[in-house]
Amino acid sequence: MSNAAIELKGITKRFGSITANKNISMTVAKGEILSILGENGSGKTTLMNMLSGIYHPDEGQIFVDGKEASIQSPKDAFNYKIGMIHQHFKLVDILTVTENVILGLKGEGKLSIKKSAAKIKEICDMYGFNIDPMKKIYEMSVSEKQTVEIIKVIYRGAQILILDEPTAVLTPKETENLFNILRNMRDDGKSIIIITHKLNEVMALSDKVAVLRKGEYIGTVLTKDATEQSLTEMMVGKKVSLNIERTEPHDCENRLVLTNVSVTNKEGVQLLKNVSFTAKSGEILGIAGIAGSGQKELLEAIAGLQHLKTGSIIYHDPKTGKEEDLRNKTPLQIRDLGVRLSFVPEDRLGMGLVGSMGITDNMMLRSYKGGKGMFLHRKDPKDLADKIIKELEVVTPGTETPVRKLSGGNIQKVLVGREIAAAPTVFMAAYPVRGLDINSSYLIYNLLNAQKEGGTAVIFVGEDLDVLIELCDRILVICHGQISGIVDGKSATKEDIGMMMTNLPTAEVKEGDAQ
Amino acid sequence: MKVKTAKEPMIRIAKRTELSTGLSMGIRVGSIVIALLACGLVLLLITNGKISFGDIYSQMLEGAFGTARRIKITVRDTCALLCLAVALAPAFKMRFWNIGAEGQALVGALASCIVVKLCPDLPVALLLLVMFIASVVAGALWGVIPGYFKAKIKANETLFTLMMNYVAIQLVKFFVVLWEKQKGAGVMSTLTTGKLPQLFGVDYGWSIVIILVITVLSYVYMKYSKQGYEIAVVGESENTARYIGINVNKVIVRTMAISGALCGLAGFLLVSGTHHLVKSDIVGGNGFTAIIVAWLAKLNPLTMILTSFFVSFLDIGTAKIASSCNLNDFASDVVVGVALFIILASEFFINYRVIFNKRAKEGK
Repeated sequence: MSNAAIELKGITKRFGSITANKNISMTVAKGEILSILGENGSGKTTLMNMLSGIYHPDEGQIFVDGKEASIQSPKDAFNYKIGMIHQHFKLVDILTVTENVILGLKGEGKLSIKKSAAKIKEICDMYGFNIDPMKKIYEMSVSEKQTVEIIKVIYRGAQILILDEPTAVLTPKETENLFNILRNMRDDGKSIIIITHKLNEVMALSDKVAVLRKGEYIGTVLTKDATEQSLTEMMVGKKVSLNIERTEPHDCENRLVLTNVSVTNKEGVQLLKNVSFTAKSGEILGIAGIAGSGQKELLEAIAGLQHLKTGSIIYHDPKTGKEEDLRNKTPLQIRDLGVRLSFVPEDRLGMGLVGSMGITDNMMLRSYKGGKGMFLHRKDPKDLADKIIKELEVVTPGTETPVRKLSGGNIQKVLVGREIAAAPTVFMAAYPVRGLDINSSYLIYNLLNAQKEGGTAVIFVGEDLDVLIELCDRILVICHGQISGIVDGKSATKEDIGMMMTNLPTAEVKEGDAQ
Repeated sequence: MKVKTAKEPMIRIAKRTELSTGLSMGIRVGSIVIALLACGLVLLLITNGKISFGDIYSQMLEGAFGTARRIKITVRDTCALLCLAVALAPAFKMRFWNIGAEGQALVGALASCIVVKLCPDLPVALLLLVMFIASVVAGALWGVIPGYFKAKIKANETLFTLMMNYVAIQLVKFFVVLWEKQKGAGVMSTLTTGKLPQLFGVDYGWSIVIILVITVLSYVYMKYSKQGYEIAVVGESENTARYIGINVNKVIVRTMAISGALCGLAGFLLVSGTHHLVKSDIVGGNGFTAIIVAWLAKLNPLTMILTSFFVSFLDIGTAKIASSCNLNDFASDVVVGVALFIILASEFFINYRVIFNKRAKEGK
């Protein structure tokens, strides 16, 4: 056991009546990359938070280097040489890399930025980071910021690194870079724990995979002995099919035509620039891009939540054949025009639903104005709530339980269910499977496919390129608020899309440089 | 295996996820009992043992319910508090921190007096109607001003409504000087007309009826009306409200109009039913106490009947002890403060659970 960097014995953590981790015992060896795999709510993050000092286990012991450790705070965790890189970066924008790295550290007497910078440079050279220690954080891309977070924990002497879904915000190229760096660190004798949903990354990177299911430890397997299928079965506990069916698009007609749409925010920053495309009925149009490239603004512009600086959004009504310009109309005006536009926003509880209300009252969001008089009619929303619970297998104690208390997947089912119930002609979904487990994700894909079959124009903003390529008929790639291209889902490759996510067509890049 | 090298925390605090209704009710009732006991102790201390522990409670009961007149006063004070708490409920439900109930009620009271001064010869019924409308409009205006600026330029409503209180106080002082019975008296003479008729043998009988009706209507409005639903959505998430097409600014202004109007109504009732004059302390801090009453009731207007009664009872009961033991008025403020502190603290135990470390207790 002398090779074990971390050993967990009988770790249990409860939140109220929910047991997030149940009697988990496992080890992480020195010089290995371990993936922790599990569906949502299986307790991966809780377990790692106990290692990094955010939570404290109710029962069980943690051994670091063979000695029992009591980790009460992130500071304690650092003393045990454990460093966690969270999904949301904790950096001060206006400071440089060096300043961020040494922030909060006790120095020896005089502060020497030069010395620290030199040490950072050393770390960079050692593991192959490419970063200027004097660069300011606000000038950096997401992947550079992540690098800074990693340097920060290594600088503090971490021997055990925990990364929580590090690739969610990266392009395929950046992901490959990160993996190379992690491999270098492993070869240097560090232990790396990576939490992820993406099976292909698990296969590509890790030496071992530990699987959790519903808070329980299922087992650890060597990656070379595992397949994506076998890991999925361990995770879910039963056989699942990992194929998305893509039917041929049919009866394609122009449904939504965007021409030269530009949006600027209050500070005058251009969020969308001359975006033009057509969404057709009976097909799924995917939108790919690095997080924050304007996907959110694009969907919100269509839904009437963003003010358009220029351009037009023409809706072709399938029944009347009339054309309506949705530009700068409010969501209510759009609905009054008879446009059946459904929108599943990225921020489910912050925008699509009201967390403290039950399913019935959330169903009512779309329909409460209907009916006569000044009073609410809860009968139909209640029936709809019951129907969605039954058809989408929402796990909830009842229709009146606040949706905030449901799991991520169930919250999403409620939201998607409501939006589909409106029988939309245009269905937009932003990251509809983010944070969802495999079963729920496939349920959502099937629902999107069913909408397409029914002749709806589906717009799907996704982050997993494999899924986009499998599911979508056409994929629009967006980069810095501009369209860098539209590719066919059947012939596109991940590499092509990855390139387009970071590069605009040359002509436009030049224009950007000139500014 | 029992070698304990690492230190463990003795006490930890964990968030509760679910709590049975029985237990949460138990904690609440328990906190009221503890609050009453603590009040007794505080009184015992500040009276220097002039009064025995048991006597404190009998005197409090005596003070609040001893005679028919005292019961009436308890009911009157309860209703005065209730009306303002109910008025605040929609604003708080919208997460709009209306700290200006005091001022909104004050301008309501002032408006009633102005109407009486301007046209004292109207028939009483008509006069009362005009007073009512004037008060409600004045209160609504006092609520809409901060609401409008919140909606338009995101002005901080807490400071805005608070400052509006002082504007109202100065306005009232101006009119009191204008109307004072003799120069330098600082008070105006009571109005001779514009009084609500007696009901149940008291001047403020109609006030009680009106307030109870408003309370029930407010409950129905918040729970079953479309506007009440909009208020709840805006309060929870403005983004969700925009997403489904609610005009958030309109809801803010409308709700503040309602909240202010009900405060103005409270002012009207104070003038026409109880005091028959206006003075700068006519609301008597109830505009602030009502905030606690409303939150104690979790913004449910029906529950506010109980919470406003409890606060009034403590206030009156302690005042009785204070007068029999020659204490000043602040005694009741102290006692009510202690009681509210304990009751609000109980919310902590409803939301969180304290865990004592088992391993530490075993003592190895």
